[in-house]
Amino acid sequence: MPVKPDSSAKAKNPFITGYIVVYNAVLVAGWALMGVQAVLHLSRTKSIQGLYNAVEMSLLVFQTCAVMEVVHCAVGLVRSSVFLTGFQVASRVFVVWGIVYSVPESRNNIGFPLLLFAWSITEVIRYSFYALNELNLLPFIVKWLRYTLFIVLYPLGVTGELLCIWSSLPTVKAKKLYSLELPNQLNFSFSFYYYLFVVMLAYIPIFPQLYFHMFGQRKKTLAAVAEGATKKQR
Amino acid sequence: MSSLTIEICDPRSEKTLHTISQASPSTTILDVKRDYEKKAPKYYPDRQSFRLEPRGRSLKDEDSLATLGAKGPTMKLYLRPSVIYGELATKPMHRVVQIAAGCWTLHYAKRLLETVFVHRFSHATMPIFNIFKNSMYYWGFAAFVAYYVNHPLFTPPMYGDAQIYAGLVGFLFNELGNLSIHLALRNLRPPGTKERRIPKATANPFTWLFNFVSCPNYTYEFGAWTSFTIMTQCLPAALFTFAGVYQMSMWALGKHKNYRREFKDYPRGRKSILPFIL
Repeated sequence: MPVKPDSSAKAKNPFITGYIVVYNAVLVAGWALMGVQAVLHLSRTKSIQGLYNAVEMSLLVFQTCAVMEVVHCAVGLVRSSVFLTGFQVASRVFVVWGIVYSVPESRNNIGFPLLLFAWSITEVIRYSFYALNELNLLPFIVKWLRYTLFIVLYPLGVTGELLCIWSSLPTVKAKKLYSLELPNQLNFSFSFYYYLFVVMLAYIPIFPQLYFHMFGQRKKTLAAVAEGATKKQR
Repeated sequence: MSSLTIEICDPRSEKTLHTISQASPSTTILDVKRDYEKKAPKYYPDRQSFRLEPRGRSLKDEDSLATLGAKGPTMKLYLRPSVIYGELATKPMHRVVQIAAGCWTLHYAKRLLETVFVHRFSHATMPIFNIFKNSMYYWGFAAFVAYYVNHPLFTPPMYGDAQIYAGLVGFLFNELGNLSIHLALRNLRPPGTKERRIPKATANPFTWLFNFVSCPNYTYEFGAWTSFTIMTQCLPAALFTFAGVYQMSMWALGKHKNYRREFKDYPRGRKSILPFIL
């Protein structure tokens, strides 16, 4: 009896695999570079002054690059929610461009290195995870790190973000940054200063939801690993 | 130095509300406001507005009685508390602002009347949470648009009366169109039934849009709010229009699909909401 080909098995397109691996590998390198630049500056000068200048290029380039991940979801390259990914990327891009880049005064507080620390470690691990997973070469330790370190790094990162936003407030208010006052031909007004308060308040309901979602993912992933291990033993 | 007496009066009744007896030529309007605040604590200075004439312009806080030309021993000031917009509220209101209020009211009054007298609903009820959700949407946007259109610093449209009246004509035309479609749809469904038939153009020229789209009522509403936005040249109105058109497009696409699924002989070439496009 002739064997019918399994039409349900999707042929893994090597170009797609290649692209995904390269994309994630480049981002691992980028965030590692940024981390190294930050560490070098801090160990050399023992000061936060000038830290932004030391990491500016890599921070701006590699964080903005993450916008591609929303595109990946939209075109189906990656199986993730466009909405969730978009929201997370938007939040990071907002902090980088809207606060740190736009308001130099926000770079001189402890929140800034805190944020760099949390983000760089998280991203190096996360992108390594994606690259290795795509090649089916994912060691347990990387998976474990991705789903464990967030417990500390996520709150640290959020604290850093909030501190940076908070320290940007006086300048935003004084310079009326990104704000539009009446009267004008659009008959619209916008206060970036008050908007920042709304953003900070939004962290209160949103952060716990995302944080506990990650805990749920951790439980699911590590349980699956444990089940796989016990199956092997049998 | 002679001391002045200030009489604070209501602009409508001319009744004296308050008297300040130990004023001097160097007393400022702000001083007067602070004094009045002691009598009526809820009217802090920003909520007060004084004029020399019942319908005069608002006086500035820094104006002193001397600069205002106080001569005699007594001086009359007219008080107008302003709630939302502060001291600016005495600025004259442009005609387009009143027209806009009229249009907004007309649209929703028409809707209410249609709900009672025109529409034939498939379902007698809707989920209770919808009341909360829909009310938030309508009241929220109404407040958002109204705040800017009615603002004392509202800027009339760039092209003046031409833009305003073109917008108004467009709005009324599209409201009529929307009403025509609602009436045509009602006549399509026998009273007391839930029958569905293919909607077709009737003698009313407004219904000829059925030849191009499945849901011309939504097309006309798109037109009405776009006209309103042109008429007021107000970004919040544009955002309201965009939100509504987005939602209506989703509905139109759904209805269009249902029509095509239900009727084998459904006219081809019809789009859902935008002729030839969507």
